[in-house]
Amino acid sequence: MELLMIGVIGLLFGSGVYLMMQRRLLKVIFGSALLSHGTLLLTMTMGRLKNGLPPILVEGYTGPYVDPVPQALNLTAIVIGFATTAFILVLTYRIFAEWQTDDLEELRGVEDDAE
Amino acid sequence: MMQSNWIILPVLFPLFGAILNFFMPKRVKAQKLVAATALTATLLYSIYLLSYTRTGAIAVFSASDWPAPFGIVFACDLLSAIMLVASGIVALAVLFYSFWSIDQGREQHNYYAFYLLMLMGVNGSFLTGDIFNLYVFFEILLISSYILMALGGEKEQLRESFKYMVINIIASALFLVGVALLYAVTGTLNMADIAVKVQAASDQGLLTVIAMIFMIVFGIKAAIFPLYFWLPQSYPTTPPAVNAAFGGLLAKVGVYVLFRIFTLIFINDIGYTHSILIFIGGVTMLLGVLGTVGQMDMRRILSFHIISQIGYMILGLGIFTPLALAGGIYFIVHNIIVKTALFLTAGVTDQLTGTTDLHKLGGLLKAYPALGLTFFLAGVSLAGAPPLSGFFGKFVLIVAGLEAQHYLVIAVAIGTSLLTLFSMMKIFRYAFWGQPREYQPQKYGRFLAPAAILVVLSLAMGIGAEWMLDVVSAAATQLLRPELYITAVLGA
Repeated sequence: MELLMIGVIGLLFGSGVYLMMQRRLLKVIFGSALLSHGTLLLTMTMGRLKNGLPPILVEGYTGPYVDPVPQALNLTAIVIGFATTAFILVLTYRIFAEWQTDDLEELRGVEDDAE
Repeated sequence: MMQSNWIILPVLFPLFGAILNFFMPKRVKAQKLVAATALTATLLYSIYLLSYTRTGAIAVFSASDWPAPFGIVFACDLLSAIMLVASGIVALAVLFYSFWSIDQGREQHNYYAFYLLMLMGVNGSFLTGDIFNLYVFFEILLISSYILMALGGEKEQLRESFKYMVINIIASALFLVGVALLYAVTGTLNMADIAVKVQAASDQGLLTVIAMIFMIVFGIKAAIFPLYFWLPQSYPTTPPAVNAAFGGLLAKVGVYVLFRIFTLIFINDIGYTHSILIFIGGVTMLLGVLGTVGQMDMRRILSFHIISQIGYMILGLGIFTPLALAGGIYFIVHNIIVKTALFLTAGVTDQLTGTTDLHKLGGLLKAYPALGLTFFLAGVSLAGAPPLSGFFGKFVLIVAGLEAQHYLVIAVAIGTSLLTLFSMMKIFRYAFWGQPREYQPQKYGRFLAPAAILVVLSLAMGIGAEWMLDVVSAAATQLLRPELYITAVLGA
């Protein structure tokens, strides 16, 4: 199971990085989102994947409980990632409105260098 | 060790100030009052914390009284307190400068609220003793900084905000990767507990990899070689007040975290990790200052100097002797104050003349003598002339480097000092000397006051160097004995 997860994480990271190399702003954002998803999955996997009860003590049960910490971390990270993605989407919309383009090539150049 | 619920106040003051401000977006006067009160209270409490931790005590706060390592802890040792005071001082100075320079549009769109939230993130990062909590505080300060950077919505500014955000999203993703791997190895998130488990871990090689991941993460945030490329582009597009807060404060939070984790957690393979830090420090300071050569804009030149100065701090951490660490901490404090002063004077120049382009300036010294004097003092302090604070920071670092026999990197450090002086003189020659352009005489005393106060502080830090060195040496000694921090947090 862990091995499969590692493959998926690698795939997410790889496609995330690939998308971030693209010229369109929106693809860069999708890339960053995939990258974040990869990290979330990694956090999950790092807490060991196993079947077990929720981490509340049950009398007479000695078997495994699942580790609650990675889940708590993931919830927090998801919320933060959500806020960041929402903000960068709005920012991209504003960039499109101001520059009339979403192509990073056309956004290049520093105007005040030429002055 | 002392349990104290109060040490969370430097986080709470700005938080409540920000919440209050969100309720009154149109009442700018009230917003200013709230912001000034919150930050003054933070500074006063930070000074109290400094006097408390000066005795060597470490104050600890366990959230909801959950004992470490199960709950989230905040811990304030001497380094945290020093950073809190330094950040409190410049936060207040920049706030007052904002009163007189930020336009109404930004003010009515919650500029002060986000500024306070950013400082909450900064102070939280200084205080927290939990590595995931550190991630959260970093995100708070980053999201606020995205907003401060994009607020106003000018063309250039939006584009640079996008780059800044993407870079930081990548860094944050890597941060989380580092935290996850560290959790896999140690099974805990409490920094003191991690420090204990790291020493006992069986797979030391993996830990070095994790150390490198953290070095990259905070290297991006602190703008060290080879990860600084985003900084000189993005900072100058922001309003001067925001620029001063970013340049003076934000990059140094990354440096603080490097100081924390590379003295507490990743000390299992000093020969490897800290040699890399020395190398990075040397290259960063040299390349940063060389970047200024081609620039002809005050704010761009100053932005490159941020990078160069970060190199000195990293060097202090890399050499890893008590003296070097003390020099590094002294240098951080000095730099927070002086860098902010320089950006503020650049901001005042912008306000008075409408530009910071060196080609369009000239003879400012005649037209605005006080501005010239402030800039001159801050500039030579940055370059490291006695009796200003920059001299003592560099002096201690160089002595420490010579003692540890890192001759090459010390030669680079001294050369960089000269180049710094050279580029400060370049600004001075173009902008302040020469024939005055046609400037209207204006009253600018209050614009300049925050910067002037910071320069006076730099002078005081130089004259009172003995006392300052005493404090930073105590902080360095404390850092080099991580067991103090660990017992304070975890109990005996």
